[in-house]
Amino acid sequence: MKSRKPSIPYLIWMVIFTLIPLVTIVYYAFTDKSGHFSFEPFKNAFFYSDIFARSLWIAFVSCLICILLAYPMAYIISRCKEKTQSMLIMLITIPMWMNFLLRIYAWVILLQNNGPIDTALSLLGINVDLMNSEGAVILGMVYEFLPFMILPIYTVMSKIDNRLIEAAQDLGSNGFHIFRKVVLPLSIPGIISGVTMVFVPSASTFLVAQYLGGTDNIMIGDIIDKIFWTDQNTGSAISLMLMAAILVFLIVMNLFGDEEAIS
Amino acid sequence: MEHKAKNPIVSLRDIYVEFDSEVILNHINLDIEDKEFVTILGPSGCGKTTTLRIIGGFLSPDSGDVFFENKRINDVPPHKRNVNTVFQKYSLFPHLNVFDNVAFGLKLKKVSKKEIKEKVQKMLAIVDLKGYEKRSVSKLSGGQQQRVAIARALVCDPKVVLLDEPLGALDLKLRKNMQQELKEIQQKTRTTFIYVTHDQEEALTMSDTVVVMNNGVIEQIGTPTDIYNEPVNAFVADFIGEANILNGVMLDDCRVKILGKEIECVDKGFGKNVPVDVVIRPEDVEVVPIEQAQFTGVVCDAVFKGVHYEMTVVCNNCQWLIHSTVCQPVGSEIGMRVTPFNIQIMNKMFPTANNEFSAKVVSSSKEDNTIKIDIEGNSVEVSGQYFEEGTVLDIVLPPDGLHIAGDGNGDLNDVYIESVIWKGEHNEIILESDERKWIMQSDQDEQVATYAPISFDFTKAVFFPKPVGEGDNR
Repeated sequence: MKSRKPSIPYLIWMVIFTLIPLVTIVYYAFTDKSGHFSFEPFKNAFFYSDIFARSLWIAFVSCLICILLAYPMAYIISRCKEKTQSMLIMLITIPMWMNFLLRIYAWVILLQNNGPIDTALSLLGINVDLMNSEGAVILGMVYEFLPFMILPIYTVMSKIDNRLIEAAQDLGSNGFHIFRKVVLPLSIPGIISGVTMVFVPSASTFLVAQYLGGTDNIMIGDIIDKIFWTDQNTGSAISLMLMAAILVFLIVMNLFGDEEAIS
Repeated sequence: MEHKAKNPIVSLRDIYVEFDSEVILNHINLDIEDKEFVTILGPSGCGKTTTLRIIGGFLSPDSGDVFFENKRINDVPPHKRNVNTVFQKYSLFPHLNVFDNVAFGLKLKKVSKKEIKEKVQKMLAIVDLKGYEKRSVSKLSGGQQQRVAIARALVCDPKVVLLDEPLGALDLKLRKNMQQELKEIQQKTRTTFIYVTHDQEEALTMSDTVVVMNNGVIEQIGTPTDIYNEPVNAFVADFIGEANILNGVMLDDCRVKILGKEIECVDKGFGKNVPVDVVIRPEDVEVVPIEQAQFTGVVCDAVFKGVHYEMTVVCNNCQWLIHSTVCQPVGSEIGMRVTPFNIQIMNKMFPTANNEFSAKVVSSSKEDNTIKIDIEGNSVEVSGQYFEEGTVLDIVLPPDGLHIAGDGNGDLNDVYIESVIWKGEHNEIILESDERKWIMQSDQDEQVATYAPISFDFTKAVFFPKPVGEGDNR
C-alpha cells in the first residue's frame, strides 16, 4: 500500500503555490476596499454576468470545435506508421514554439479588412466583416488550443492495443462498429483530459478576444485583466466565480467519463 | 505430406508469406479435419502464428488459397468468417465487463436480448465463471481472463476456434487444468479447434492431430502417437520428447549400423549403405547383463525424475540418455539393448555427409601458396592451395570444417541457423546462407532461428579443379 500521507515537499509546494494564492483571492473577494467583510465585490461582479456567460459559452463552443477537429486528426495520426506519427505530432506542436501574441497578430493581419482573406472573399463577391466578431474570437481560440486537444487524444489512441481491434473484427465488427464500440469508448479518457486542457484556459483567456473580437466581444478574462488595476476586490470575486464555474463543469464531465467505465 | 483429411473444414493450398524478404511460410499445404482438435506445433519463428492469422483473415498470403468448407475465402474479411480466435494475450475489452465481453459477438448477430443473456450465461457456466457477469475483466486473474476469452470466442458458435498459445501466460498448474478444460470444452461443443503452441507436451496431451512446423514448412502431420513414435526426421524427433538421435548407416532392409555395431531394425526401403539418422527413445533402451548387450557403456550421470531415473551412459564417446526405474550406480559399466521395433530410422535432413560446392578462384599467389575463392559474392582466402586464377573448383568440406565465427570475423555473415541437433557426440547444425545450406559439426550449443557469421577451415577440405571448358557450370 502506498502511504496516504502526501509527502512534505508536496505539501510545501501546495501551500505556497495553491493555498496561499487561493486564500488571498478569497480574502479579497469577500472584503471591500477598506478591508471589511462585504458582499460588495460580488454585487459588482454580477454587473458582468452577460460577459461571464458569453465567455463560458465561447469556451464551450471552441472546446467542442476542438474535439470535432482533433478527434479525427488524432485517429488518423495514430493509424500512421510510427515515423510518420512523430513527424505529424511535431508539425502540430511547431506553432506552439512561437510567441502566443505573435500568432494572434498573424490572425489579425489575415482577417482584417483588406487583408488576404477579406480580399479573396470580396473577389468572390462576398463582403463580410471578419474581424471583431464572435466567430473571429472562436477561430483564434480553436487555433490556440487545438494542439492541447490533439495530443492527449492521440496519446490515448496510440495506446489502444491493435489486438483489441483484431478481436473486435474477429467477433464480427466492421469498421464503424469497431470505432463505436472499441475505439471511441477507449479514447474517452483522452477526450476528457483534452477538454480539461482546452476548456479551462479558454474560459479564462484574455487578449485573444481583445485583438480579434473588438470591444463588443470582450471576454471575462479581459475584464479581470482590466479591473484588477483599479478594483482588486471585484477582480477577485469574478475570478472566484470563474473558478467555481470551471469546477462544476469538470465535475460534471468526470461523472460522464466514469459512466463510460474507464478502467 | 501424405496426411489426408476426410472431411476438411479448413484447407490451405500452397500458402506463401514473406515479410521484409524473409520467407515466413514456404508453400504450405494443410487440411484441417472437421471437429478435430488440431495443434500446430513448432519453435518460435516457425510460422505457426502466421498460419493461424491467415485462417483468421488478419493476414493475406502473398500467394496461395485458403478454403473454408471448400469455398475460397482469401478475400473474405475476418468479421465475415465463421471463425473465432482466442488471442495470445486474451485481448479482452477493458472497458466492458465479463458479460459484455462475452456478449460482444452475439450483439452483432441480431440475436434477441433474452437469447443473448441465456447463451452468455450458459457459456460462462461451461468455462466455470458463473456469477462473474458484472466483474470488470481487468480485475480477473490470468486463468479467469483466459476463460472469458474462450467463452467470448465460443459463444458465437463458430465452426472453427483458433487458439494462439492461449495458455502461455499461465503458471504450470493452471496450465495443466486449462489443458484438460479446453479438451473437454472442445469435445462438449463438437467444434474444430486449431491450437498453436510451442509446448510439445501440450500438443501431445490435447490433440487429435499434431502438425509440426519448422522454418515455414510443415515437417510432419499425424496423431500424437505417430509423431512421437515415428518421427519423420531428426528435427521432429528432437522437438517432440527426449530422444537419442544417432548417425547410422542403413546396410540393407532391416539392418542398420550404429556406433560400429550392426543391429536389427524393422524399417525397409532406404536402400543399401545409406547414411541415416536413428532415433531411440530413452525409455526404449533396456539395461541388460553385458553378455546379452548390443552396446556397453559407463554410467556417468543419474538423476531421479520421480517416476524414473534419467541416466547418461557413455558408449564409444557417444552419450546415451536412458530412462529406467532401476538406478545403475554412476561409474558402473552396463549393457544396453534395444528391440528392433523401437529403432526408428529416418532420412538425414541434410542430403550429403559433407558440404559439396563449387567456387571460382578469383585471385591466386604462387609465392604465398594461397588463393582467394568466391563464395556467394565474398572473397575467401584459402592458404596452402594453389590453382590458377579463373579455375572452378569442386570443394568437399566436411562438417567439422565450418565454425561459428566471432562477430565481424566470418567468411560469410548472417547465416541462418536452421536446426541444431545433438547427435550424442556433437551438435549437428544445419545453416542456411543466401544460396545454399551447410552442415556443420560443433561441440557448442547454438540458438536456433538466429543469425551468425561462419568461417571456413579449408585445411580439412578437398579440392577438385574442374576440367577447362566446363568452367562456368556452377
